[in-house]
Amino acid sequence: MTKAPLLEVENLTTQYPVRPGLTERLARRPRLWVHAVDGVSFSLARGEMLALVGESGCGKTSTAQTILRMVDPASGTIRLNGTDITALSQQQLRPLRRKLQMIYQDPYESLDPRFRVAAAIEEPMLVHGIGGSRAERRQLIIAALDRAGLSPAEQYLERYPHELSGGQRQRVTIAAALVLSPDLLLADEPVSMLDVSVRAGVLSLLDGLRRDGNMGILMITHDLSTAAHFADRIAVMYLGRIVEQGPAREVVRNPQHPYTKALLSVVPKPDPRQRSAPQILQGETPNPVDLPSGCRFHPRCPIAIDRCSAEDPPLREPAAATSAGHQAACLLA
Amino acid sequence: MSLLEVRDLHVWFDLPHGSPVHAAAGVSFALDEGERFGLVGESGCGKTTTVLALMGLLPPTATLAGEVLVNGRSILAGGEDSVRAHRWTDVAMVFQGAMNALNPVKKVGWQIAEPMAFHGVARGAAARRRAGELLELVGIPAAAGERYPHEFSGGMRQRAAIAMALACQPKILLADEPTTALDVMVQAQILDLLTRLSSELGLALVLVTHDLPVVAQVCDRAAVMYAGEIVELGPMDALYHAPRHPYTRMLFAATPDLYGEGKVASIPGTPPRLDRDIAGCAFRPRCDSAFAPCAGEHPELSPVQPGHEAACHLTRQLAGEGSPA
Repeated sequence: MTKAPLLEVENLTTQYPVRPGLTERLARRPRLWVHAVDGVSFSLARGEMLALVGESGCGKTSTAQTILRMVDPASGTIRLNGTDITALSQQQLRPLRRKLQMIYQDPYESLDPRFRVAAAIEEPMLVHGIGGSRAERRQLIIAALDRAGLSPAEQYLERYPHELSGGQRQRVTIAAALVLSPDLLLADEPVSMLDVSVRAGVLSLLDGLRRDGNMGILMITHDLSTAAHFADRIAVMYLGRIVEQGPAREVVRNPQHPYTKALLSVVPKPDPRQRSAPQILQGETPNPVDLPSGCRFHPRCPIAIDRCSAEDPPLREPAAATSAGHQAACLLA
Repeated sequence: MSLLEVRDLHVWFDLPHGSPVHAAAGVSFALDEGERFGLVGESGCGKTTTVLALMGLLPPTATLAGEVLVNGRSILAGGEDSVRAHRWTDVAMVFQGAMNALNPVKKVGWQIAEPMAFHGVARGAAARRRAGELLELVGIPAAAGERYPHEFSGGMRQRAAIAMALACQPKILLADEPTTALDVMVQAQILDLLTRLSSELGLALVLVTHDLPVVAQVCDRAAVMYAGEIVELGPMDALYHAPRHPYTRMLFAATPDLYGEGKVASIPGTPPRLDRDIAGCAFRPRCDSAFAPCAGEHPELSPVQPGHEAACHLTRQLAGEGSPA
């Protein structure tokens, strides 16, 4: 029996208007748009972790914000548990919000410094009307802290964020999401602000939650090594598009898109004997206001041919794919 | 004689209340021309404090002990007066977040030329010409010197910050987390640039970072710091393939490897407070191999192989077992 995936995103497009300057306004130039997300499609099952990988400005955070409807999509559909939530009003979305929770990058910013741990976790319950009594809520808070790996939970309840380490703070924000028993966690660079020695712990926590919590996790990261280790599938984004996606192992070991290949080649390896020659792309990602024609990677692509500047390649299974579900958007793959 | 030698460097920071924080506790290392040396550790381990001390740029609340020698001459002994003669001309630094510290209202070329006049390296047209050459050296067209920082991308601003540090032809470049805020592709470009500069100009590079793989790719040797001390120092290859301090081993085990199959394991616990005396080994509460002597006796950095040192009782115990009774 096949169930509807937890999250289905189809052809999602998000645009931000560019505020025109005085000269543009006087010359009545047409309004410009930043094409932050430009035709992104993917799906996520329960118990699965999908990593959205790419450089800054590639649209990975905009994708998450659009799924959460913090930003309205310009087109496309978002389905949660089979229900189309793209057109719902903010009021209609409210009961669904507890099913969609976000973990932010910086636990030093995302916790209110004046809230004790217990209050920080109680707040979302009050908003969503969970837990009838104070005592019941306290039980839920303790259970969530335990699940987030802060035990004995009683020791943390009355502490303030400044009394916690970065890793502990991030666990508190995870606990604050868990009390709502969400179906989908969106984790935006959940460990990039943490020290190396505690990162693995927070990532293993997320890994465990989706395995036994029946939860789907969309992790946004720029760190391919982390994605390779913890995600089931990886989707690589470039300039608002997914250029390659597939099972994590397949994408890392058998990359087919030249951008993925370049990105993988520059990931520093901890073994000094593996000093491979990195394939360094010149320049930086072009401006998402004025997208290149054809394949948007062609101006920086080391193997581009003439056709690449004219044809926009769709995501399709590459000839050299060795696992099901591997897709790349390259004319030559 | 080494180009740079740090001998038993200690730094204490006075706090308004409570006892001073011992941020660097007996740091010693040496490096030669053209060598690339990594200083690795987590936040608060004393790596930035160490390099700021080399520049003589610690705040007035800091108390310093130990010696820093450049070409055999002590640069810190005479306080600000003696260090000023070396700062930027012998030892230069790319600060953490330097790319965001450029003056937004001055052209980039002007900002690179300014310290040259101050240090008597060049002035006027000559300084401007040299600023252009430096920009070319770091991979930016000389003409871009006429532009303002906001017209530069992050990677270009970081290159400009490196050019600025090179303005007075230093022999030693200290780079504090030079790629932390950058994307992997830009990080690769900057690391490539630093490697090239050190081999082409014979610059000795001290790369300060929390990122072990970055050090592994760039540096020949590295020191791993924990709680203000160097706990292991040696060739990068030995640190990865034959680490002798459990902290080094556990730090590598906590670092995901792109092609790694093994489990990534975090290190339990948190680093100790540095405002009180630490009995025994500072890493003991988090160590997976601690045994009786670790609680009472502080392990000193001692050689395990030529050029490879570790501060761990285990290595001494192993050495003791290996030698004939």
